[in-house]
Amino acid sequence: MSKQLSNETLIEIKHIKKYFPIKKGLLSRVVGQVKAVDDISLEIKKGETFGLVGESGCGKSTLGRVILRLQSATDGEVIYNGQNIHALGSSKLRDLRQDLQIIFQDPFGSLNPRFLVSDIIGEPLKVHTNMTAAQIDARVVELMELVGLDASRRNRYPHEFSGGQRQRVGIARSIALNPKFIVADEAVSALDVSVQSQVLNLLARLQKELGLTFLFIAHGLNVVRHISDRVGVMYLGKLAEVGPTEELYNKPLHPYTAALLSSIPRPNPALKRERIILKGDVPSPANPPSGCRFHPRCPMAQDRCKAEEPLLAEALPGRQVACHFPLVEDGALERLAARTLG
Amino acid sequence: MSAQLQPASNTEAPADIVPQSEKPLGPWRLTWNKFKRNPFAMSGLVVLFLFIVAAVAAPWLSPYDPARQDLLSANLRPFTGDHVLGTDELGRDIFSRIVYSGRISLTIGFAVAAVAVIIGSIIGAISGYFGGWADIIFMRIVDVMNSVPTLFLNILIGAIFGTNFLLMIMILSLTSWMGVARLVRGNFLQLREMQYVEAAKSIGVSSWGIIFRHLLRNASFPIIVNATLMVGGAILAESGLSYLGLGIQPPDTSWGMMLSNAQEFMLIDPMQAVYPGVCIFLVVLSVNFIGDGIRDAMDPRQKAQLSPRRLDQWRAKFSKSTK
Amino acid sequence: MARKILEVNEMSAGFLVNKEIVKATDRISFNVEEGKTLCIVGESGSGKSVTSLAIMRLIDYAGGAILEGDITFNGASLPAKDQDEMRRIRGNQIAMIFQDPMSALNPVFTVGDQIAESLRLHQNKSDKDAMKEAVELLRQVGIPSPEVRAKQYPHELSGGMCQRVVIAIALACRPQLLIADEPTTALDVTVQAQILDLLQSLQKETGMAIILITHDMGVAAEVADRIVVMYAGGIMEEGSVEEIFAKPSHPYTVGLLKSIPGFEANDGNELYTIKGTIPRINQLPTGCRFHPRCEHAMDICRNQEPGFFQLGQDHKAACWLFEEHAAESKVSPARAAIEHGEVRV
Repeated sequence: MSKQLSNETLIEIKHIKKYFPIKKGLLSRVVGQVKAVDDISLEIKKGETFGLVGESGCGKSTLGRVILRLQSATDGEVIYNGQNIHALGSSKLRDLRQDLQIIFQDPFGSLNPRFLVSDIIGEPLKVHTNMTAAQIDARVVELMELVGLDASRRNRYPHEFSGGQRQRVGIARSIALNPKFIVADEAVSALDVSVQSQVLNLLARLQKELGLTFLFIAHGLNVVRHISDRVGVMYLGKLAEVGPTEELYNKPLHPYTAALLSSIPRPNPALKRERIILKGDVPSPANPPSGCRFHPRCPMAQDRCKAEEPLLAEALPGRQVACHFPLVEDGALERLAARTLG
Repeated sequence: MSAQLQPASNTEAPADIVPQSEKPLGPWRLTWNKFKRNPFAMSGLVVLFLFIVAAVAAPWLSPYDPARQDLLSANLRPFTGDHVLGTDELGRDIFSRIVYSGRISLTIGFAVAAVAVIIGSIIGAISGYFGGWADIIFMRIVDVMNSVPTLFLNILIGAIFGTNFLLMIMILSLTSWMGVARLVRGNFLQLREMQYVEAAKSIGVSSWGIIFRHLLRNASFPIIVNATLMVGGAILAESGLSYLGLGIQPPDTSWGMMLSNAQEFMLIDPMQAVYPGVCIFLVVLSVNFIGDGIRDAMDPRQKAQLSPRRLDQWRAKFSKSTK
Repeated sequence: MARKILEVNEMSAGFLVNKEIVKATDRISFNVEEGKTLCIVGESGSGKSVTSLAIMRLIDYAGGAILEGDITFNGASLPAKDQDEMRRIRGNQIAMIFQDPMSALNPVFTVGDQIAESLRLHQNKSDKDAMKEAVELLRQVGIPSPEVRAKQYPHELSGGMCQRVVIAIALACRPQLLIADEPTTALDVTVQAQILDLLQSLQKETGMAIILITHDMGVAAEVADRIVVMYAGGIMEEGSVEEIFAKPSHPYTVGLLKSIPGFEANDGNELYTIKGTIPRINQLPTGCRFHPRCEHAMDICRNQEPGFFQLGQDHKAACWLFEEHAAESKVSPARAAIEHGEVRV
């Protein structure tokens, strides 16, 4: 993306962990833990779109919710405005909700079917401001026009809107209070391509006009490439790689990133690329493999990978990767692809 | 627009800029539209409406004071003088008593249903939404209440505290909210996982706001169905208690009490039992039809099926290449 | 040319909507050859899933019906058959797999049982033989240690594994035609790649024809031999995969391809969008069903529905831009856009 990135950090995530206990039996004895997010540190810069990709179950949605404290963290800090969000009292947290918002995936489930669209968009205003009903209505009209909805339909129920329009309603709700930071959790994944592009453009425009910072969580790699300035790739609760979007897409350093990128189906039958097909499935986060979590599926795994966990470290300027043998040299990617063919 | 998104205070737009909003067709209207087309439910509604009108208009409708005894004209046949349904053994006008009994029976029915629904909804909502200890404790209370023989409890309380109208409503409510609580809890267990609940949390809506503004509204249809059915149950329960002499006390009267009185004269004048019996039967049947009607009307699964006849008509009209 | 195994001819399927019969597919025609893959591409509401339900005659159970036209499978007309006859064809000669593998499997039976059931039902195999073959099928769809997996329940398997099981069930009776309705949409990309690979290699082995229904042009490009692009119940463009992607012609196809984000670096421009949304099937516009969203719409488009215009040997589009005399006077704007490299594929 051509826009200038600021160096100011908006949100700093420090060693965030989120474990879910696995309970068993009558007495709900804790017999294990699902490490959905396992020690992730990350800085999100003001005004940028940080894309977070990964397969289902990798913990990307959980991370988004922990950052907003929609779920509590098992350990770690999320620093916003010099305060740790996870240490705030409930009234301060409620105030903070104005700055930190979320857009959901499901355009059907995320809107209360028994609320009028005007009530849905106006609800944050009702909760956080002292605006009168008329002021709220005026603001709802303004917001609906901003996101490209016909404001004369505001007193209708969500079921009368199409999927793309509902997603716009969700977006209008999330920007109602002029937030600074928005987590977009698979915000366009449920939409058809032609509608998806409309919503992506809307998000990009809103970012420009309102100076928003996005954490854009998605499994759709194309979408993330289009909208993000920087991208983080998650695998089994850990960050595998972080880097500026284009550099990461053109030259993935982690073998997992390489495999992920190579599996995107491309709308060009002439391009019979060498696909890196990974063996097996993502292991359960309740029982992650030893050492590098990717090693059982990695075509390049060596003994060291089984024993020692690689840490996220800078392998090239501005590029962080958690791999003992990152694909830094020229031709490393081709060798990886060749290896999977056998 | 946009660049300045200062919300709030000074954005009051003149009315002519704000686009007028169209009238929505909400879930209530949609349900009503379907409900209207159900003949059973509609006739139930009409019958119940007539009973309610009669109860409200009792002082004007009934020719006699229902408690006025006139031993000289006891046990009159129907249509004797202006005693439309005749009189009972104490010479009280049966029609007047039926109308006044309707007041009490219907009031008890609706009041018990209302109180039970309120108690049950609150307890069920808290159990279902918060889960954990609240759920365990409330649901055990429900279990205990369910295992106490209701009739016995009613008899006991009646024996200790005596019987009167308000106490009667209290007793019946306190022994019938458990079903609603279970129902609402089950509903909330599902509803609390909906994404709009998370959305509400993310904009800072409090738990009570989510329970009462967001979720109860979504659980309202099943609650209403349950409440209608409960009206019938309460009327029957009151009849039962009054029949046992533990309900309403004279000079008040209810359909159940009339039944109870009538049993002594079953052989002489069986019609004395038939009148209140028919009233109870009609009201309970009506509320059941209404409840079923609401349930059917809000069931989205009903899907129109293409009949072969329609298909043939369509083909004859539009199709060029039919087999 | 290979044998045509399925021919769909001027077929309309419809439902009752507000007491009116409404067409969900409008006189669509296409055919599928032995050993080949046809991809039906479209967005939600395009009628692509209804098409598959109509072929399977499952549409009867969904409250709809085939209104007109014919579907010929192996020379026999499917709409003329009764449901008893269809039951023998379904799962036996035509098999189907769905989007959500988890809900397609019964949670209280082991996966081995579920595969064996189909064999017992359609091929009168004994329990023992059926189970043995089930294990063999699991091996064939690439499930490691199939003997163990056959005794497991669906919840013990991952989503990708479940989809492999569903494919194994579909393959159990060696169908001649496999209909796959968004088979990889619920799966992750790396697993999607595995499943698409599997389908292709199984096709090579068995010679079955595949109809793959997808909204993803990328998936279609990878596996299709032919492509049918559907919009709001009608076919917009049809052709060989090479032709469609080399010369996408219908403005809708072009728009779909242009709206896919992220195949190149974001140059800071807005993503191409097709304005508006797909209409409901009971609110179709007059003339060309795409005209309200089309940036090249002409007067004729608003009034008259276009027929197909042949664009190449194996390529046609239903769009007035390609009417012969129009094509002579000017190159169609949609095509010009492609030739100027505006379409990034």
